[in-house]
Amino acid sequence: MRKKITFGDLASILENYDIVELEDVKIEGDMEVELSPSGAIPPSLIQVLQSMLNEVDKQVEATLSTRKSLIQVLQPVQYVEEKKVAVLERAKFEVAKAAWIGKIEEVTIGATSADGGTRESTVTIGGEKSLPFYNFDHQMPYPPVISVDCFDMPIPLAKAVRGFYEDVMEDPGEWAKKNVREFGADMVTIHLISTDPTIKDTSAKEAAKTVEEVLQAVKVPIVIGGSGNPDKDPAVLEAAAEAAAGERCLIASANLNMDYERIAKAAQDNGHVILSWTQLDINAQKTLNRYLFKLGVPREDIVIDPTTAALGYGLDYAFTNIERMRIAALKGDTDLAFPISCGVTNAWGARESWMKGSPLAEDSDWGPAAYRGPLYEIITGLTLGIAGGDMFMMMHPKAATAVKRVTQMLFGAETDGAKGVNVDEWVTWEANK
Amino acid sequence: MKLSSPMDAWKYLPGTNCKECGEKTCLAFASLLLERNKKLEDCTPLFEPKYASKAKELAELLAPEIREVEIGVGARASKIGGEDIMHRHELTFYDRTSLAYDVWDTMAEPELRERVKGITLWRKFYVGEFLTLDAIAVRSVSSEAETFARCVKHVAEETDMPLILCSFDANVLEAGLKEVSDRNPLLYAADKTNWQEFLALAKRYSVPVTLFSPDLDTLNSLATTFAAAGIDDLILDPGTYPTGKGLADTFSRFVRIRRAGIVDGNKSIAYPLMAVPMTAWMTNGNQDALDASYWEAIIADMLILRYADIMILHSIEPHSLITERTLVANIYTDPRRPVSVDPGLMEVGSPTDESPLFITTNFALTYYTVESDLSSSKIDCYLMVVDADGLGVEAAVAGGQLTADRIKETVASYDAEKKVTHKTMVLPGLAARISGETEDATGWSVLVGPRDSGRIPGWMTDNWPPKT
Repeated sequence: MRKKITFGDLASILENYDIVELEDVKIEGDMEVELSPSGAIPPSLIQVLQSMLNEVDKQVEATLSTRKSLIQVLQPVQYVEEKKVAVLERAKFEVAKAAWIGKIEEVTIGATSADGGTRESTVTIGGEKSLPFYNFDHQMPYPPVISVDCFDMPIPLAKAVRGFYEDVMEDPGEWAKKNVREFGADMVTIHLISTDPTIKDTSAKEAAKTVEEVLQAVKVPIVIGGSGNPDKDPAVLEAAAEAAAGERCLIASANLNMDYERIAKAAQDNGHVILSWTQLDINAQKTLNRYLFKLGVPREDIVIDPTTAALGYGLDYAFTNIERMRIAALKGDTDLAFPISCGVTNAWGARESWMKGSPLAEDSDWGPAAYRGPLYEIITGLTLGIAGGDMFMMMHPKAATAVKRVTQMLFGAETDGAKGVNVDEWVTWEANK
Repeated sequence: MKLSSPMDAWKYLPGTNCKECGEKTCLAFASLLLERNKKLEDCTPLFEPKYASKAKELAELLAPEIREVEIGVGARASKIGGEDIMHRHELTFYDRTSLAYDVWDTMAEPELRERVKGITLWRKFYVGEFLTLDAIAVRSVSSEAETFARCVKHVAEETDMPLILCSFDANVLEAGLKEVSDRNPLLYAADKTNWQEFLALAKRYSVPVTLFSPDLDTLNSLATTFAAAGIDDLILDPGTYPTGKGLADTFSRFVRIRRAGIVDGNKSIAYPLMAVPMTAWMTNGNQDALDASYWEAIIADMLILRYADIMILHSIEPHSLITERTLVANIYTDPRRPVSVDPGLMEVGSPTDESPLFITTNFALTYYTVESDLSSSKIDCYLMVVDADGLGVEAAVAGGQLTADRIKETVASYDAEKKVTHKTMVLPGLAARISGETEDATGWSVLVGPRDSGRIPGWMTDNWPPKT
């Protein structure tokens, strides 16, 4: 039942809320006039009262005639009631912590003289007990690291990248140095691609020499990559592993379609870490890792590479594949509980990263390729970092710097807030004219 | 949603196996409902009066954990939120992150109209369709009601996209809102000081409204208060701090709010989330526009991955739009969608026995890219799709899934020899490594095409027909 209120009640409600005046509000309702049966009322007054009552009746009838006008009658009362609950309902925000049980293996790459190597720095990755950057569950123990690529011969590169390396392409040692000195690389990857029989077919011995040069040139840990030729790589990586004995390099890589046993053995005999590479297939990754366990490779000597696909060219598969592996590991699957390396340079395979313009006339303008390429590399890297990547092999200096900066921030390396930014003032922010 | 097995949903269906939904049984339909591959409305008998209470209950049980809010009207209206899961492999993300780009009321009119037109018409072809943008955010920089209203009016004249009206001043906002009250714009934003006026506005005009507070107790209080007043078309902005610890805390807030909504089932905070990557511009946007646009895309990236349902961005440079929109397309692709297409010999245009025959793999993305490049360039040809276990060309060559033998098998299976007289195939440039073996295995002449199918037209000029 609707509560009956009088003008007096209404006035005191309004007073409670400091409301002095109601605009555009018409009060309509019952009016009762008591006529005393025995009173001496002049007939003229009765006539006046009767005509007033008739008028009231007509108004009430008109008011009730449609639902709409009824709502109009009720609205002022509702409005007052809204104002009545006009105090913020206090509701504390609470959320549970995630209950992960797994822990990712901690892997150190590089050995200093104390451990029989000649590196001046080492990197440690892994050790997570929660998803990347979920420091509210568990503080991430180590931030992701960046390894900048160099090659053992000049290679075709997108225009936006080429400019940075043109002066060092003939000399892998100088190339590696530049990566550290100018681009702040935590590590350097030397890709021995000239050994591919369909490229230059250089010998394993020559590859070993290149590795020695790079180890001489830089004092950061290095990754040694083959050409990707499954027949040649075992010999090449074996020679390279021997040449780098004791340096605890990351040997890239063992995979299912090659003699991974020979590579794993070479890595073990010479004190290196092995990269276990599979192609977007969680079961294949488990299988290969188990083969490596069987060969006696210790858990702290394994990093996995579940394959990086570029933004727009399968990044969704790579993202979900890595995220699934990381979640499985945190839920207790020890076959997958290893740090993850991502070949982010693959982003340059996306045509949007290097092509001058769209091949399709129907597309909106693509703008300069020089702006697109680095951003494709950044987004590919950061996306996989949020899925579970611990290490990024990269190429464009601007992209490497940006991914490093944002992952450091998310890791929690910076303790100050955003300097000088009132975050709600973006609404009135003014761009330069 | 509150259901975990098809049987739970089946209990609410008529159970007559009438097949009107296109499925053979009500149980099959129930399992598709759970996978969100069918809609409740597809079961027409359920909407007969005698099932009314069951239909209502089932609709409630099927409702997504995160409320779905619609902004805008007509063909370009945008659904925001509607999510049920924390990670895309658990089912699929549902309503893709709406990307809104800003305009402001101190822009000169011609510049304003041009920017709106640019945002409205932008498109990029991707896997069989054109990607477009989602909304326009109109900012009140002047803080003058009249200026804002005029700006909103001009924007509305140029676009049919959903609009977000941005001001913390309810009077300014209402002036703009009056211009587009029939277009279901999103209001931005109620906060701890102005919320009463925003509540009244949202109610009076029945439009969705954003609540802003980086303090999550306050944000939860605002949401609870609005919901109690009957307003539940809400979007929550927990603040987007562009750098340093602020950025890490922003990431944390988005994850924790979504976790509270989906994992903990806390309804009071289970609303779509808004991010504002354009705060990147406030740190150094006026010094280095390229760096600011990159940083903005970085913030967008981390929050597209971690639960922003709608976001406001500033850079409309092509590199920003292409990367941001492509990432949304990738992350919101249904992971249950097949990775591969069927192998076979496809015809592009109207090929004759003298047309070229191109080889590609059966990775869906590779196939659609090559197919669209060929058809867009009006090249009549055959496209032979080799079963490479659903991998792209480069990966399949490296992993041994695209080999001379597989090409040979495909040539035989689909009678390629009967289609063309020249016995010449064009391998992708990325498969150059296996060209010799392929020639030996198949007995065909093998030409190595460009590394990117976008360059096939130029390649054709120099290389087709083959020199004998």
